[in-house]
Amino acid sequence: MAGLKIDRITRQFADFKALKEVSLDVADGEFLAVLGPSGCGKTTLLRLIAGFDKVTDGAIWLGNRLVSDSRRHVPAESRGIGVVFQSYALWPHMSVEENVAYGLEVAGIDRDHRDRRVAEALELVGLSTYGNRPPSSLSGGQRQRVALARCLVTEPGLILLDEPLANLDVHLRASMEEEFRRFHERTGTTMVYITHDQAEAMALADRIAVLDHGMLAQVATASTLYREPATEMVAGFVGQGMVLPIDILDTCRAGSCPVRIFGFEARMRCQPGTGARAGAKACLRAEELAFSNDGISGISGTVRRLIYQGGYFRADFHPDLSPETSLEITVPEPATVDAGARMRVVVRGGWIIPADAAN
Amino acid sequence: MFAGLAGLVAFLAVLPLARLLIEAFAPQGYPTISILEDVFRNPTTWRATVHSLEISFGGTILATAIGVSVALAVSFCDIRHRNAIIFCFVLPLMIAPQVTALAWLQVAGPSSPLLRAIGLAPPIGTPNPLYSREGIILLLGIEYAPLVFLTLRAGLRALPREMIEAALAAGAGRWLVLRTIVLPLMTPPLAAGISLTFVSCIGNFGIPAFLGIPGGYIVLPTLIYQRLSGLGPAALAEVSALSVLIATIAIGGILVQDYMLRRRDFRISGTSQSIGPSSLGRWRLPLETMLWFYLLATLAVPFASLVAVSLVPIFGVPLTWETASIESYVYILVEHGVSHRAFRNSLLLAGSAAIAIVMISAPLGYYLAWRESRALKLLNLSAELPYALPGIVFAIALILVFLRPIPVLGIGIYNTVWIIFIAYLGRFLVLSLRPVVSAYHQLDRAMEEAASALGAGVLRRMRTIMFPLVAQSAAAGALLVFLMSFSELTLSALLWSSGAETLGTVMFSFQQSGGVNHASAIAVVTILVTLVLMLSTLLLGRRVPKGVLPWRD
Ligand SMILES: Nc1ncnc2c1ncn2[C@@H]1O[C@H](COP(=O)(O)OP(=O)(O)O)[C@@H](O)[C@H]1O
Ligand SMILES: [Mg+2]
Repeated sequence: MAGLKIDRITRQFADFKALKEVSLDVADGEFLAVLGPSGCGKTTLLRLIAGFDKVTDGAIWLGNRLVSDSRRHVPAESRGIGVVFQSYALWPHMSVEENVAYGLEVAGIDRDHRDRRVAEALELVGLSTYGNRPPSSLSGGQRQRVALARCLVTEPGLILLDEPLANLDVHLRASMEEEFRRFHERTGTTMVYITHDQAEAMALADRIAVLDHGMLAQVATASTLYREPATEMVAGFVGQGMVLPIDILDTCRAGSCPVRIFGFEARMRCQPGTGARAGAKACLRAEELAFSNDGISGISGTVRRLIYQGGYFRADFHPDLSPETSLEITVPEPATVDAGARMRVVVRGGWIIPADAAN
Repeated sequence: MFAGLAGLVAFLAVLPLARLLIEAFAPQGYPTISILEDVFRNPTTWRATVHSLEISFGGTILATAIGVSVALAVSFCDIRHRNAIIFCFVLPLMIAPQVTALAWLQVAGPSSPLLRAIGLAPPIGTPNPLYSREGIILLLGIEYAPLVFLTLRAGLRALPREMIEAALAAGAGRWLVLRTIVLPLMTPPLAAGISLTFVSCIGNFGIPAFLGIPGGYIVLPTLIYQRLSGLGPAALAEVSALSVLIATIAIGGILVQDYMLRRRDFRISGTSQSIGPSSLGRWRLPLETMLWFYLLATLAVPFASLVAVSLVPIFGVPLTWETASIESYVYILVEHGVSHRAFRNSLLLAGSAAIAIVMISAPLGYYLAWRESRALKLLNLSAELPYALPGIVFAIALILVFLRPIPVLGIGIYNTVWIIFIAYLGRFLVLSLRPVVSAYHQLDRAMEEAASALGAGVLRRMRTIMFPLVAQSAAAGALLVFLMSFSELTLSALLWSSGAETLGTVMFSFQQSGGVNHASAIAVVTILVTLVLMLSTLLLGRRVPKGVLPWRD
């Protein structure tokens, strides 16, 4: 039983709240990613779960066991959680094998058994022949694999990973991602994976929890995050959506509302129960905008620049009604517009960001 | 465990110093300033204070001039054999002051083999010119120039090369850059080094004891020594007051140093490279010659004179191949029971102090570096005090605590070797604690957290993860402790007793009773032991972290 339940935890450093009333439920066997920009409190959250740090308020349950609240603190060594650190944290005075064997030794597992399990763990991460090497002689990717082997050899019910791929180069990341995925599929271990890279989170996780300035902004599947962001921050952070001002003209019907955007009327997807309101915000993606075919309907404005993106262009479009706003529009190659062209843009979709999440 | 360690530090550092304050301000248990009044009314006190200040300012100025010149030369110029020069230059710091004093006395006196050889020796019967204020200042300057050198050198290394290159690119010449960029940026480390030197001069006992006492030039530490050895425990109240006086002067210096070190600019980035030496062209050889000449004059000549005197069978007999003998060595190592015992005592004291201090500082450093609290800051400060304050002050404080048997247990420590052991523990603890704490600071805390996530409790984590990782720094610290205590005099001069002699005290009494050849033989042996230990660390390769062993650049 290794589900994780976090109930309104807060962590305060002096007068700065690094985490504010964060609640999360991670099901047994789930792969959850915690996503957010640097400094939003991801590592703080991981350290609280692992027991390296104490909560200021709130509670953490591992399975049925209360491990942290404002009065109780089960130390990390009694939690049985595996942790993979961003810095790997391999012990330089021990060989790869000794690093991996450490947890088993602490658990008092006898030598034969221990050797076998260490060999298995190294096999699993493809480092069978590296057992006697010192960690300093390994490459970044290999070190990360050792760190993984060290953590999984004790078969913890829950594994926490803090930006495990942040120090690796791009192609190594892809293969390590694959490795994490396979490991999760095979063992069904509950995993909480911290990252600032949304592509990584989307590739790996069942669900993604987005942290914003110490607060939980949204917990959902990757596609929900992308299609239906709960806050402006999520809209901007996941898939670089454009957040634009709109007026909602009428109440929601069949999942969408009529809206006015820069003087142009369109329909946008929304939460059930959304009512008419001025000064709302919508999330739009470049592919939901297009230049109008007739040149008569649509938002009028000027194309300031075309930026080549490889196979297509991104046009930088400024509506006349709000010249300082920039809309990004995908233009296929060969380009049919030039910089400086006067154009009209039609809106073919969009998502109305729910009202209560704005603050 | 932490409570035990904290208690130990309090016992070693806080208790004695608190006891000293009580003795000075409330000797009978209630506050009174009558003792202080007597002491401060006494003109001897003021003469010693003036002398102390004279030699401290003089020594500091000389040390600064030498230390700054050498630091600039070594850091900015492409001189060859840099490591050897630094090793030799820092050497005086590792050699006990009384050994330095003894060696120099042999250089300058009427019977100096060197001066006689070149016909410049003062006539027999005239006093040694070093028995003077100027002599003391000269030796203090040479002894502590490395302190200024080390702080300035560390500061220069942290100075990014770009700062200088930017000024050069702006068209400034070398001297202008030195004046307008380097020296202003180096003010904090330099001032810290200078105040540290001042505090060391104020507290120095060995040099004024060997050079000042014969000529009646008494400074505060030697005044305390004379009073206490003349009157015994009866003088305790008076010497406590004197100790408080000298401690007050020293604390002024410590505060300046602390303030300056805090002002060091930590924004100077660690990523850029430090300054590389620039080519001197035809000036290189003259500069190198000057450096080596300095080292020759301050190291080789005194050492050679010391060796020469130690080989003279009877004082005054000229040294030739025929007259040379190793009798003095045989005497001090084998025949003379007290010297023999002193060797054993000093070895055992230094060795056990080094081991005990490592065993204390490894776990204590863990708490100091990784657990944050106000109490810990205080604890760190109290561990620093016995080393920062003059040794003589700490010795008096320990006498006050241990003069009577320990209550309840009834164990008497005064007049045994144990009080010296405790003195070494308290005074030299920081020598190992500092490198250990900085080693912990450099460790990734995730190293420990990884072990704790795998189920290892705190004791196991210390044993299997943290201690091995700080071991090298601790070992380097232990070596410093050993070197400092092996030939130490300041503490043992006040704390020794029959049966509990140390090399320092035996050397001192040989010197005072005219056994210069025997004193020199002991000095030669301690220098050799020091040198062998220092050189052996060079063989360890690059495994000891930078900045721990001062003689390794
Ligand atoms: N021990 C600490 N003391 C004070 N502030 C801290 C401490 N640890 C983290 N913080 C602050 O909490 C915030 C979140 O930090 P962190 O959890 O490391 O962010 P992330 O991992 O998302 O980049 C940061 O602003 C950081 O400065
Ligand atoms: Mg982080």
